[in-house]
Amino acid sequence: MQTKPSNWKIVFQNASIGGGISIFLSLVGMVAAFNERYIIADGITFGQITLYAPIFLLTYLSIRSVASTSKSRVFMWGLLSGAIGGSFLALLVLVGNSVNLRAMFINATDELYNIITSGVPLPLGLLVPVLVGAILGGLAAGLYLLSPRWRSTILQASAWVFIFGLMRDLIFTVIIPWGAFGSIVSWMFALNGMTLLGAILLFVFVAFFSYRNYGKKGGDNWVKRLPPRRQKFVRWGAILAGFVVALLLPFILGIFFSEILDNVGIYILMGLGLNIVIGFAGLLDLGYVAFYAIGAYTIAVLTSPELGFAHLTFWQAFPIALFMAVLAGVILGLPVLRLRGDYLAIVTLGFGEIIRLLALSDWLRPFLGGTQGIQQIAQPQIGNFTFNTQQSLYYLILFFIIVAGFVAWRLKDSKVGRTWMAMREDEDVARAMGINTVLTKLLAFGTGAFFSGLAGTLFAAKLGSSYPTSFNFFVSINVLSLIIVGGMGSIPGVFVGALVLIGAPEVLREFSDFRFMFYGAVLVAMMLFRPEGLWPEARRKLELHEEVAPPIEPGQDTPAVLGTQGQ
Amino acid sequence: MDVLVCNKVTKKFGGLMAVSRVDLQVKEASIHSIIGPNGAGKTTLFNCVTGFYTPEEGEILLDGHEITGYSPDRVTKKGIARTYQNIRLFKNMTSVENIMVGMHPHLRSGLLGGIFRDPRTNKEEKNSVEEANRLLAYVGLKGKGDFLSKNLPYGDQRRLEIARALASKPRLLLLDEPSAGMNPSESEDLVDFIRHLRDDLGITIVLIEHHMRVVMSMSEIITVLDFGQKIAEGSPAEIQRNPQVIEAYLGRGAASGLGAPAAASA
Repeated sequence: MQTKPSNWKIVFQNASIGGGISIFLSLVGMVAAFNERYIIADGITFGQITLYAPIFLLTYLSIRSVASTSKSRVFMWGLLSGAIGGSFLALLVLVGNSVNLRAMFINATDELYNIITSGVPLPLGLLVPVLVGAILGGLAAGLYLLSPRWRSTILQASAWVFIFGLMRDLIFTVIIPWGAFGSIVSWMFALNGMTLLGAILLFVFVAFFSYRNYGKKGGDNWVKRLPPRRQKFVRWGAILAGFVVALLLPFILGIFFSEILDNVGIYILMGLGLNIVIGFAGLLDLGYVAFYAIGAYTIAVLTSPELGFAHLTFWQAFPIALFMAVLAGVILGLPVLRLRGDYLAIVTLGFGEIIRLLALSDWLRPFLGGTQGIQQIAQPQIGNFTFNTQQSLYYLILFFIIVAGFVAWRLKDSKVGRTWMAMREDEDVARAMGINTVLTKLLAFGTGAFFSGLAGTLFAAKLGSSYPTSFNFFVSINVLSLIIVGGMGSIPGVFVGALVLIGAPEVLREFSDFRFMFYGAVLVAMMLFRPEGLWPEARRKLELHEEVAPPIEPGQDTPAVLGTQGQ
Repeated sequence: MDVLVCNKVTKKFGGLMAVSRVDLQVKEASIHSIIGPNGAGKTTLFNCVTGFYTPEEGEILLDGHEITGYSPDRVTKKGIARTYQNIRLFKNMTSVENIMVGMHPHLRSGLLGGIFRDPRTNKEEKNSVEEANRLLAYVGLKGKGDFLSKNLPYGDQRRLEIARALASKPRLLLLDEPSAGMNPSESEDLVDFIRHLRDDLGITIVLIEHHMRVVMSMSEIITVLDFGQKIAEGSPAEIQRNPQVIEAYLGRGAASGLGAPAAASA
């Protein structure tokens, strides 16, 4: 065994990492950008939380690995660790005031220094981050010393207050129209964030329930105790209730949020498709955007009067667009499907770029509009009703999500689903079971392309225009990320993933600049702490969190259980 | 009637002759062992028969029909099933699912059937689950249908792999070292089990084996490979006396110095 590093070393290392991350977040401009949003009205801003969260977290981690038995010592280490982290920020302010950091970091502004020092003038202001760090370090130590029950209670309650404060705009829009009920709740929220009283009330409220329910298994349990017929009744009731809420959403949320809802919906559609390709069949497809683009462009070319090829209506062009997407899936699939793993990923990535560049090219400008794109795409119409607002389009998207979700759900537990899974597990053996892997892969590719093409047509209808820039590589990455975050192979996971990765950054506008940093952080955190995803498929959960040690599997890459370091 | 015939099958890897002009006739409903030192080309021969490799020369016939160069899935549909030296189950699927994948050649439902669940598809699914459970019980894994296959103990994994192979209703079953990693009493059970397979289902069985006790006690015919070539073939008694076999296993000096029983316990 390695000799255990000294406590001093652990604390100093962790505190430096925490302070370093805080400086990084400050210099990329995240802190300043988030400082506009208050969590607690006129009190704590989102920026301040971003600034000190790394210090707090790393302090907690270092306390966990410090070997100390007495409470007062743990507390002392906490104070020290927090203070060291805070002093890094003080150092940043000090350096920033003597050297012109802006030459290199455009975000190293006086405004940033003001946030760090809380506006206290300089010599004294340097103490502010050190002091705040130390206080937070003490709190982290206190949290560590609490019983697991109280710790989880406090963490949950704080998380809820944080989320409510963050989502204040959204919650406000939803609640206000509800008359009396709305006015009761609305005093919990000020114009910026939650009121102090509201936050405390919410904290106590959540803490009460979370303390009471600690250790009890998830909410499904009371359902499981019911007789089977009642269980079914409850399940269907829940689905129906969810459906009714889904139907009312655009009215509750209003126009601005409805547009976000449409975007999330389109990504859910794509996610459901890519989930089949990657989650079920295990084919890493990085050019998924290609089929989305083909769906959108087919609708555009066939319906827009600008180019003058055809003046089909949306619904006339619709099946053709889907057919084109599936055809492209099969055409790409045929040569590519002999490749495995990484090679497949690279080729599909290239394919995605080829489609985008074709749409962008001058060569195809007469057909696809080049950089100018194609405008005046026909809106979908049913009878006399035209889907021309964000809210009406939502229903169209919702309809197709239900169809796609149903198809994915049914396929998963069918013979086709099993063959996909078998192929994912071991392609050679799958072939030896009599499975024609080429055909099976084509089926997965085609189905995935179908959903992606479908999402593309709706996207074209939503914008009324189609530009090559909408179909860049990041769309593929977004969809892939949302599947990973939601849980590979899990259908509800796609919905959760889309809400978190697509919905949340759009609701919090200031996130948009840091979107990919956010993705990166979320993905790394997910891989470390919850590799099975937010809403995992039951099977994946079994795979990754094994209670029973699997027999003879040397070199298996199940992530190690996160234990305390240095034990 | 020979179920499987190999005529002068040759497979090269670069300059290495892994299998060189091997002839093999496997009689219907027999238990036929292939033995030989490590690297003799036994598994390569299996891979040629099951379509994983295409032999450079020679032909392979199943029931008199040529299957040389068929892809693995077509070979399976023709009626050959196999297990692997290092167990290759679908680890993250349950036992029942593993077996149901094995039934693939006999299932008719497709994409649309899976989505719309027409009565025929439903019936087929129901039947195959029942059949899978029956097979599980047959190999002695009753009640373990919902276990992820990787969580089964080693011996059960071997059994499950055989059950999965049986699910395709093969004419010919190729077992690649089925007793690997088993203790003597487990291997004895295995011998009984394989005999039952043949007697109950009339399946022809070809196995690669290293445990001489297993080989000698149940094989009707033994083929010996060495450096890719067939060096002997015959009944267990004949093989035990064959000086070439003894030489291949124990070296030149041993062939003259030691008697036949030495090979049997090798």
